[in-house]
Amino acid sequence: MSDTLLKVQDLKIGATVYPPGEKPHDIEIVHGVSFEVEKGKVLGLIGESGAGKSTIGLASMAYGRGGVKITGGEVWVNGRDILKTSNSDVRALRGGEVTYVSQSAAASFNPAKKIMDQVTEAAILQGKFSKKEAERRAVELFRKLGLPDPENIGNRYPHQVSGGQLQRCMTALALCPEPDLVVFDEPTTALDVTTQIDVLMAIKEAIRDTGVAALYITHDLAVVAQVSDDILVLKMGDMVEYGSVDQIINNPQEEYTKALVSVRSIEHAEKTPTPSPILKVQNITARYKGTNFDVLKNISVELHPGQTLAVVGESGSGKSTLARVITGLLPQGNGSVHFSGRDLSKDLAGRSKEDLRELQMIYQMADVAMNPRQTVGTIIGRPLEFYFGLRGAEKRKRIVELLDEIEMGEGFIDRYPAELSGGQKQRVCIARALAAKPKMIICDEVTSALDPLVADGILKLLLDLQKIEDVAYLFITHDLATVKAIADSIAVMYQGEVVRYGGKTDVLSPPFDDYTDLLLSSVPEMKLGWLEEVIANRKMESAGN
Amino acid sequence: MSLLLKLLAQRIALGLLLLFLVSILIFAGTIILPGDVAQQILGQSATPEALANLRRDLGLNDPPLQRYFSWLGGLLQGDLGTSLTSGKDIAESIGKRLGNTLFLAFWAAIISVPLAILLGLIAVRYRERWPDKLISAVTLASISVPEFLIAYVAIFFVSVRLRWAPSVTTINDGMSLGEKLHTISLPISVLTLVVLAHMMRMTRAAILNVMQSAYIETAELKGLRMFTIIWKHAFPNSIAPVVNVVMLNLAYLVVGVVVIEVVFTYPGMGQFLVDHVSKRDIPVVQACGLIFAAVYIGLNMVADIVSIVANPRLRHPK
Repeated sequence: MSDTLLKVQDLKIGATVYPPGEKPHDIEIVHGVSFEVEKGKVLGLIGESGAGKSTIGLASMAYGRGGVKITGGEVWVNGRDILKTSNSDVRALRGGEVTYVSQSAAASFNPAKKIMDQVTEAAILQGKFSKKEAERRAVELFRKLGLPDPENIGNRYPHQVSGGQLQRCMTALALCPEPDLVVFDEPTTALDVTTQIDVLMAIKEAIRDTGVAALYITHDLAVVAQVSDDILVLKMGDMVEYGSVDQIINNPQEEYTKALVSVRSIEHAEKTPTPSPILKVQNITARYKGTNFDVLKNISVELHPGQTLAVVGESGSGKSTLARVITGLLPQGNGSVHFSGRDLSKDLAGRSKEDLRELQMIYQMADVAMNPRQTVGTIIGRPLEFYFGLRGAEKRKRIVELLDEIEMGEGFIDRYPAELSGGQKQRVCIARALAAKPKMIICDEVTSALDPLVADGILKLLLDLQKIEDVAYLFITHDLATVKAIADSIAVMYQGEVVRYGGKTDVLSPPFDDYTDLLLSSVPEMKLGWLEEVIANRKMESAGN
Repeated sequence: MSLLLKLLAQRIALGLLLLFLVSILIFAGTIILPGDVAQQILGQSATPEALANLRRDLGLNDPPLQRYFSWLGGLLQGDLGTSLTSGKDIAESIGKRLGNTLFLAFWAAIISVPLAILLGLIAVRYRERWPDKLISAVTLASISVPEFLIAYVAIFFVSVRLRWAPSVTTINDGMSLGEKLHTISLPISVLTLVVLAHMMRMTRAAILNVMQSAYIETAELKGLRMFTIIWKHAFPNSIAPVVNVVMLNLAYLVVGVVVIEVVFTYPGMGQFLVDHVSKRDIPVVQACGLIFAAVYIGLNMVADIVSIVANPRLRHPK
């Protein structure tokens, strides 16, 4: 008898799909995956969306989300095939032997119940602990996971704690019944980088201290490299590569793994500022209606023609609000927006058609930024009609040109958004913005919802288009890797203020202010032991102070 | 806590305002009603002089605005006026009838509300399977058939053929609670059938909506039984819509039982109202209308208050 805890053999998973205009039918989404997890070890499941990693993780609890069905293979937990046991055995397994940490703790906690009741529920129900014991254990876990006021935090409701804290509570929920295996499904993806690093460390220490085994699911190889012993690379439901974390990171064999490891390697040399900026934001102060709190405090930045200004910060730092002020959606309280040689009206209604044309925008969620009932041709053709009065053959010719520019081609002109992939949708949105021949485009988190490789493609396209069209980008993002890849100048925002601003090289070179330092050092790096290094450095620094 | 209190105070103030507006509507409505109470009292053979005298005595010649305010003033002091036809104090004669109506509504609610919610929970537990379909089919059928028809069918089988319960449901103070309940068992059953479907389907829909949430998946992955999940995790989050529809039906049990009361000759408000409409006894009709409106507004206000209080974000602010 070896120490094998979880053994998955030739696992096949199917789902019913409902394609538009076709009859619903079953397809296979995981095609025969096999792996093993030993007691106390962590296996990282990595891949892009659609790779089947969450589906496989849930299959280890004999669970299929929605219409997902396990169609073949074996899943052995603690020496028994859980796909062949009774319903009551499966219930005893879930929440007892195997537990689950989901991506969004905010959605995964019941808003109507106290955190403590939810954390201890499974342990009490499975008869592992009495209510008292379970609560004592939960407090201990809260403390171990670095939650503030561990004695009392359980008496709060989920909306009363922050996102990062709730994610740690979710980890406590999973660890409370002393499971043998925890499935972590993208537990830090929804968090800011500075929060992610704390949660990541808390999870890693909890795994080490409790000796629990784990499946760690993520699309971010740099993150999984910090917590895993082994890594399984998945693509479209197939196994690509399976090996130790050292081998996968330092010596990947498959092309796909190599691409994942070398993702975000775009190089872009910084351009020098010109004498006449296209956009000059001066001393902007803004607040939302009905509040008495400034979301933006005295913001001044410049953007030069054909260049990229990256505005970087965490959620709530005010970066999207800045975009709303520049576009006129939120009139500023004080300050001015100077664009293309003229002052822009505070109010959207006061802006000319030319103002609107020269300043375009691309959004994070490409699929909600397009009318699902319009074809790609109609979507891109609309600004051509509206701004330039193009019709018929002339319009079509220009649409095809734009489709060629975004590397998609004429074949897509009659397609609907639902028939496109995430990356293609974002490309169509880029083409629609370019159709207006703008001088500047505001890109609001345009790659955040995309898989790393797809996001890379979009960034490369944006850089190429900048050369051809000489368009300036105001690039809003929380992702520093993206910033490094495409920016000419950078503004770091924190709590409504620009804390650091200048050329890319200057901003990213020491000496740093405290916040930029924290932000930069929190971005996971693709090397083993990075997490421990950062934590050790921070402890040393705080000890030195 | 202060935000919660503010919301509650707003809601209650709104309810009172609404009641005031309704009083205007009721008064205006009864004024434009056709018919003449003096004619009704004195009969077709009355002389014009006698009619004019009676109208003057009853105050029917005063301007409407003046009549409204004297009526409203009386209401605020708890004086509903005197009946034009019988000359009795309205509050006194309505009080007894209202008590009877509330008695019937109370027992119908005691049975139908828990039953509807339980059936809703069962329908969710076995959704798209035979128990769900059976519950839906039966409750929908019972709501689709006119209630007087159900009532007469029930009288025919239960009272006439089986002789289990009386068809004339007159109750009086001399009866014990058991006797009373036996007497009104048929109207209770019919009312239950009438209001069941609405509440049950809303419970089902509200819970199914919540069942899509990620926290339901969390509960499933804790190894909880389906019924535990529905009851402990889904139901608390669907209270607001369920309470709303429950209150609407409770209001119906008070306000809408006219037909059932007439069929079973039950001495409640509904029958009382119908009698006095046919006699053109305006003050009684106004009083009944206002009481019905108050019940409706009051119960809906309770529903809103429960929805506000059920929201943990309002009960436990950051």
